[in-house]
Amino acid sequence: MEIVWFILVSFMLTMYILLDGFDLGLGAIFPFVTKNEKEKKAVMKAILPVWDGNEVWLIAAGGALLLSFPLLYASSLSGFYLPLFVVFWLLILRGVGIEMRHIIDNPLWRSLWDGVFFLGSAPLPFFFGVALANVVRGVPIGGDSPYFFQPLWTDPLNPFSSTPGILDWYTVMIGLLTFSALVMHGAAYLVVKTEGGLHTSGRIFSATAWLGTIGLTAVATPLTFHIAPRRFENFVNMPWGYVFPAIAVGGLLAMVYFFLKGMDQAVFACSCAFIIGMMASTVFSVFPNVLPAVDPKNSLTIYNAAAPTHSLVVGLVVWSVGVLLAFGYFFIVYRMFRGKVTVE
Amino acid sequence: MNTLLSSFAHYPILAQVSPEASGRILMDRWQFGFNLVYHYLYPQLTMGLILMIVILETLYLRRGDETYKKAANFWTRLFAPAFVIGAVTGIPLEFGFGTNWAVFSTVSGGVIGQTVALEGVFAFFVESAFLGVYLFGGEAFGRRIRWFSAFMIFIGSWASGYFILSVNSWMQNPVGFRKMADGNLALTHLWEILLNQWLFHQYIHVIGGTVVTGAFVMAGTGAYYLLARRDAEYGRMFVTIGVVVGLVASAWMIYPSGDMESQAVAAKQPIKLAAQEGVFKTTKGAPETLIGQPNVQERKIENPIKIPKVLSFLSYRSFNSKIQGLEAFPRNDWPNIPLTYYSYHIMVGLGTVFVGIMGLAAFMLWRGWLFGSTKMLWLLLLITPFPFITNTVGWITAEVGRQPWIIYGVMRTAAGASPSVDVGNIYFTIAGFAGLFLLLSVLYTLIVVKEIHEGPEPSPDTDEEDAEEDVRSIVPGLGSSREDRKPREKTTVGK
Repeated sequence: MEIVWFILVSFMLTMYILLDGFDLGLGAIFPFVTKNEKEKKAVMKAILPVWDGNEVWLIAAGGALLLSFPLLYASSLSGFYLPLFVVFWLLILRGVGIEMRHIIDNPLWRSLWDGVFFLGSAPLPFFFGVALANVVRGVPIGGDSPYFFQPLWTDPLNPFSSTPGILDWYTVMIGLLTFSALVMHGAAYLVVKTEGGLHTSGRIFSATAWLGTIGLTAVATPLTFHIAPRRFENFVNMPWGYVFPAIAVGGLLAMVYFFLKGMDQAVFACSCAFIIGMMASTVFSVFPNVLPAVDPKNSLTIYNAAAPTHSLVVGLVVWSVGVLLAFGYFFIVYRMFRGKVTVE
Repeated sequence: MNTLLSSFAHYPILAQVSPEASGRILMDRWQFGFNLVYHYLYPQLTMGLILMIVILETLYLRRGDETYKKAANFWTRLFAPAFVIGAVTGIPLEFGFGTNWAVFSTVSGGVIGQTVALEGVFAFFVESAFLGVYLFGGEAFGRRIRWFSAFMIFIGSWASGYFILSVNSWMQNPVGFRKMADGNLALTHLWEILLNQWLFHQYIHVIGGTVVTGAFVMAGTGAYYLLARRDAEYGRMFVTIGVVVGLVASAWMIYPSGDMESQAVAAKQPIKLAAQEGVFKTTKGAPETLIGQPNVQERKIENPIKIPKVLSFLSYRSFNSKIQGLEAFPRNDWPNIPLTYYSYHIMVGLGTVFVGIMGLAAFMLWRGWLFGSTKMLWLLLLITPFPFITNTVGWITAEVGRQPWIIYGVMRTAAGASPSVDVGNIYFTIAGFAGLFLLLSVLYTLIVVKEIHEGPEPSPDTDEEDAEEDVRSIVPGLGSSREDRKPREKTTVGK
């Protein structure tokens, strides 16, 4: 039952990254990809009906986490206190940026909120990557308490400190990788949703971000196993797990083919496959830990952090109904708003 | 810091822990309370307004009068930004259990995690998905889909209130759990949490409060239009609907829902009852204190005005029943007396005034005097902010009054806070929220002023409305081939 919930929570987080990922990635390139007000409006139309629903996956993932692994929820949220609040603030600014721009029809007003939208969106993929990197690397949980506190950085002038904070060379690198991957993802979504000039610049941005993504992936993967050799153990013990990195790499490579063929939706699907493969590889390598500690015997695992079995079973039954319904709504909404937005 | 702490020395919640920890826990409470109070200004408006919007949409669907549609569109323009602000300020709360109350989350997550998670999948997804359809579907999907999506937002947001209140009512009156060997709590029956006795009266009271806010805002806006001698048709519509719904809702707040709340507090939380009523000494046939200042040092109410025996009757339905005073309870189980007392008295006082004003307005409406009475319209306009205050102090009564418990009778608030987060970080994040909330307040005020100034009737010759209308109908692709779609396809780049 713990394993089921481990998969479900990972799934919810992956859904969040997949869906809000393209909003955020689009936000990060918004000022550069659009040439004029009409194009800006078209980009906004591509995300306005869906961004709020996409963000709900994060909230729903939080709820599922509290239901299934209360100790993980408590320990990680209080341990990453500072960056989390930065993330909350950015999410507030991003949402306000999207919704304010069309309230008053004035160029200065719109520029202001376009800027807020950009500044709220762009750092978020980076922070999500940093968070993931911190989990992979392990956190300083002591022996006597399951709680810890990570400062943002400990010794900024020494990037190779032995007691790093949340931001060090490794986590920043993974943050940049995530940023690059979500820019690629957002640009691929833009290509699907638009025509003409926006379509072309979307292709340019997704190609550029593809280069960044594949380069950073190539550098970051060996370094991850260098920093946290234990993350390799699961792949040795359960070789079928190689399917996850294979999905990621396959998605990334197949993207080139579909990109050259001009099959926009397949490119976006490949981008999704890459993100799913990367997320799955990461959680697979961490399993059965949910929050590895620097000292492995203090790690939070799916067993010591889980809610009692009765909660997990009851939760699974009732909660699953809600998630299936949610899939239904999302299917309907995306179907209603399918097709390309027009630049008018 | 020390002087600040000593001034809070009478906080029994802090008496148990070291000075460092007490400073930290106090700021944890400030942060969560501040975020919660600010956040709830928006959901109480949107949960009330969505009912009003569904009423307008239903009238439009049944009567087909375009005025109702324009009115619904007008309220949607005020609803949507408030919904978004409510959503984005709610995210820190969803995670705030973990960031600031880690021990509480660990101990109770196996129980409250259920309904927190259910709120996400059963309520938030419904609201956000159909909000997208309602706001941005424009004319493309026809009248019935329009009504249906508004109705689903209504269902979603009221369901969200139910699920999150099931968490709060569990904290007020914990049921359906057992204590495990490691000190954490385990769920025994989910249905006990979903059907918690406390949840029933709390839900109908809180939801009633949101309807009061929505109705008063609508009546106040209508009164403004009538006073300003513009959009009179809408002014009369808003005042009529607002006054009728407002009277029903504000009466509902006193009886039956408020009365049920008081009786439950008397039965299950006698210390809160004593604190909110300012009863220090155990009394038979206790009087109801209308006005007066509690003096905690000397344990009495100063300058009181009392009605004999009424408190006993309201609490236990007998004029001579005994009310336990605060002195009957250990000092370190007391909540903050003045804060609980004043919050409760402001809530009840304003609630009574609301019934009076809405009753009078409804009478004048029935006699046909209301639209001509400048004085009454001014009153309806000026009363608009007060439901926000009433809802807020109601929550302060409920939450401060149950201290020092985070789970009533089970876990102390001081034991629930995150042990690893230092007070300096909490000050930092409170400062950040203060800045952001100030920004959000300014923005929402701006939106309200702008939308009310422009009014429900879009002026045909301005580009501004067109620009607004433009983003309100984003249906690309195949949807555009439907006949009922507005002919707004102009030049399309490419293809």
